[in-house]
Amino acid sequence: MRRVAVVTFPGSNCDADARHAVRLFGMEAVPVWHKDTALPKVDAVILPGGFSYGDYLRCGAIARFSPIMPEVVRFASQGGPVLGICNGFQVLCEVGLVPGVLLRNSKLRFLCQDVNLRMEGKPTPWSRPGGETIRIPIAHMEGHWFADDETLARVEGEGQVIFRYADGAPNGAMRDVAGVCNASGNVVGLMPHPERYVEAGVGGTDGRRVFEALVEALA
Amino acid sequence: MIASPEITPEVIASHGLSPSEYDVVVNGLGREPTYTELGVFSVMWSEHCSYKSSRIHLKRLPTTGPRVVIGPGENAGVVDIGDGLCVCFKMESHNHPSYIEPYQGAATGVGGILRDVFTMGARPIALMDSLRFGRLEHPKTRALVQGVVAGIGGYGNCMGIPTVAGETRFDESYDGNCLVNAFCAGLVHKDRIFLGTTGGPGNKVFYVGAGTGRDGIHGATMASASFDEDSDEKRPTVQVGDPFQEKLLLEACLELMGMDVLVGIQDMGAAGMTSSSVEMAGRAGMGLRLALDQVPMRETGMTPYEILLSESQERMLLVIQPGKEAKVFEVFAKWDLRCAEVGTVTDDGVWRCTWHGEEVAAIPVDILTEAAPKYNRPQAPRGVAPSVPDDLVPPADLGAVLLQLMGSPDVCDKRWIWRQYDHQVGTDTEIGPGLDAALVRVKGTKKHLGFVVDSNGHHVWADPYVGTAGQVAECVRNLACVGCEPVGLSDCMNFGNPQLPEVMWEFSRSVDGMAWACGELEVPVISGNVSLYNQTGEASILPTPGLAMVGLFEGERPPVRGRWTEGKRVALLGGPGTHLGASLYLREVHGLRKVGSPPPVDFDVERRLNQALRALVRGGIVEVAHDCSDGGLAVALAECALEVGAELSLDDGSAGALFGEDHGRAVIAYDPSREAEVRAVVEAAGVPLSRLGFTGGDRLVLLAGGPVVDVAVADLRDRWENTFPAWAG
Repeated sequence: MRRVAVVTFPGSNCDADARHAVRLFGMEAVPVWHKDTALPKVDAVILPGGFSYGDYLRCGAIARFSPIMPEVVRFASQGGPVLGICNGFQVLCEVGLVPGVLLRNSKLRFLCQDVNLRMEGKPTPWSRPGGETIRIPIAHMEGHWFADDETLARVEGEGQVIFRYADGAPNGAMRDVAGVCNASGNVVGLMPHPERYVEAGVGGTDGRRVFEALVEALA
Repeated sequence: MIASPEITPEVIASHGLSPSEYDVVVNGLGREPTYTELGVFSVMWSEHCSYKSSRIHLKRLPTTGPRVVIGPGENAGVVDIGDGLCVCFKMESHNHPSYIEPYQGAATGVGGILRDVFTMGARPIALMDSLRFGRLEHPKTRALVQGVVAGIGGYGNCMGIPTVAGETRFDESYDGNCLVNAFCAGLVHKDRIFLGTTGGPGNKVFYVGAGTGRDGIHGATMASASFDEDSDEKRPTVQVGDPFQEKLLLEACLELMGMDVLVGIQDMGAAGMTSSSVEMAGRAGMGLRLALDQVPMRETGMTPYEILLSESQERMLLVIQPGKEAKVFEVFAKWDLRCAEVGTVTDDGVWRCTWHGEEVAAIPVDILTEAAPKYNRPQAPRGVAPSVPDDLVPPADLGAVLLQLMGSPDVCDKRWIWRQYDHQVGTDTEIGPGLDAALVRVKGTKKHLGFVVDSNGHHVWADPYVGTAGQVAECVRNLACVGCEPVGLSDCMNFGNPQLPEVMWEFSRSVDGMAWACGELEVPVISGNVSLYNQTGEASILPTPGLAMVGLFEGERPPVRGRWTEGKRVALLGGPGTHLGASLYLREVHGLRKVGSPPPVDFDVERRLNQALRALVRGGIVEVAHDCSDGGLAVALAECALEVGAELSLDDGSAGALFGEDHGRAVIAYDPSREAEVRAVVEAAGVPLSRLGFTGGDRLVLLAGGPVVDVAVADLRDRWENTFPAWAG
């Protein structure tokens, strides 16, 4: 059985949701505590949503110094699939695994709503490009993705934008970016929550695309 | 020695104690209290903590039932939902703090109710809120709404508990006194419920969570007085929340509860360490010895008086089996939380506090709890509201009236509010905000919990007895619209100054109306709170009993939705409307506030309607089920018609039929192929069914002889959706 680590930072609150979604796809969800200094033997790592360290100082800025993070960076540098969702995306930006930063939403308010996302860019273990549009929710205060001109040109040029808000970014994100990957494509940061829409009775099933992509990538 | 102010009549009065209450203190102690002890009596006997004006009335509420595991009196009530699972819930007010400091007041209201629930051993699964603000045009309202909504979201979102439902209304009586009622529900195994008790002598008292500061000192006393022009000066009595600390506290407490170490636990809420320790000892019939100098502090130079009265947030008092202390330190170290042993349980029934070895308070527990004053305050019935004028002439264009009501502050779309709340975290929200009730699944079971919060101060003002009973009926009906039957109610009684006989009469009659309805509909009241002194200057708020009801059903998730789709048959369950008294229509269209009696309630009708609604929804027979409430039948239809229109024929096109707020009615929509099943259900239940027509097209047309209403769906949606954001910014 494929094993997916889900890291719990103090203040993570979508860790149980991520583990639940992982199990729905026949994989084992392995809880990992942020103070751990070794990653168990796993096939992929998810940094879940929430408010790690209360989002104090800056979202993700303290979590990146958690004892487990050097292990996550090492796993990523060896090509292991890593997905940061929402706060997990913010942590990935802070630790430098994916490009850009996440600023406060342009209207300075928390937003919890469905968004349409276009899947594009290079293939990754977490996405299947081809222009398909999926509908999953956002729930964040800081989802305004921002990058300097040089980074932006590189990210766009290399096909690293892999999820884009199809109807305009509700949070002010540059170029409507909802999710980006690193240069080699194994590390993905995504503001919306695919783990929330994996069952028909609870919101919808479009989030399944992300987990199906992982199952296929690990096959 | 600690220098303490001398206790003068002025000092006693500033502690909110009357001369006769002070006499009870002196007689009970057999001596004058110390200054520290005076502070303790002040908070313990405050209205907020002692329920001294309301207690004799609350006894009349039905609080038992086959499902009730724990009723009022603990941190939250608990009901059995089968298979060893229980749902634990409570609603509580944070009105006064929220008016003074909207963000922190509302945030700490959410934090407090979450602690009340996880204290019981329950993992929180849903939040709701019931909000009341002044008129939109009042200069303070916008900032209050923005601050309160941000505060609720800021706390609940960070905790990762979904805010699944709520309601917000506006009235001039709340101009100077907003209402913020927060509800939380959690799940707990029946054999894993924890109580606020000390157990027997020798048990160890632990303090865990955030350090104690000077914030919130005398918050409970502040919440037990009316506002005046200087209320803004009370800002320092409002606490400051840290949801991150509370998230850690939640996880650490639940982890500890899984081990065999904990005897009892209670959060330090209103009146902080004082009330938590006194109440725990009181329930067990024990005494306590607390070393206040051992309490973790975040400010220097704090006195015993300040430590005992601080309402710093995110703190818990734990009682631990002796010899198990190491486990506690281990768990709280894992979560980087403060933890200190601060005392011991004793068998002498005396609550003692020491400060570096010196005794600074020694009060028999029963004086603080049992001897607390109880008042049967005088009541005086208020005159009845003037009746609806016979010569009331409705506007010629009822379509324009409908658009006006759809854009009215009480009816219009509140998405601006609830999209600031994470309503999906936990991935169990099957139906979120915006419908009659929310529906939350219980993973690993076929159980679904329904959640609704409702209140209509206009109906209650017009007749506290019937108005409150009608609100209970509406909550049960809302739950039926998502297939649930009620398992329990938590009430948040928001009223004015109890020393005014008319307010006390409103309160007492409202309690009786709730008791009547809860008895008829078999809904036990399992928890709640009372918030009095909601008045500014001379003006009391509308009597506002906030009702939060929880429902249950087992089976597949019903395929109900809020909006019509094409080609469905629309029908009305229940009789025609006629009753315009105390209605939204009178207020918005004719400017007639406090006019007319509320609609009467017939519980036989309600029971039959609820039976039919549950069967139709659970059976997947109807696609839409929506009860008629504010704005009557026409608004209920319009709320279903926000995507697809309909052409519908009514027997009566009068204002009363369209906008009357009669109880016992709901609108349903179903595929015409389900006609026989619908007929069978309504005949079995004995509910009148009027088939009104079919959905389709982009207009809502209501015919009664000729066209009465003919409006574009786009216009309905525009008025409904855009009113609030245009105002709120």
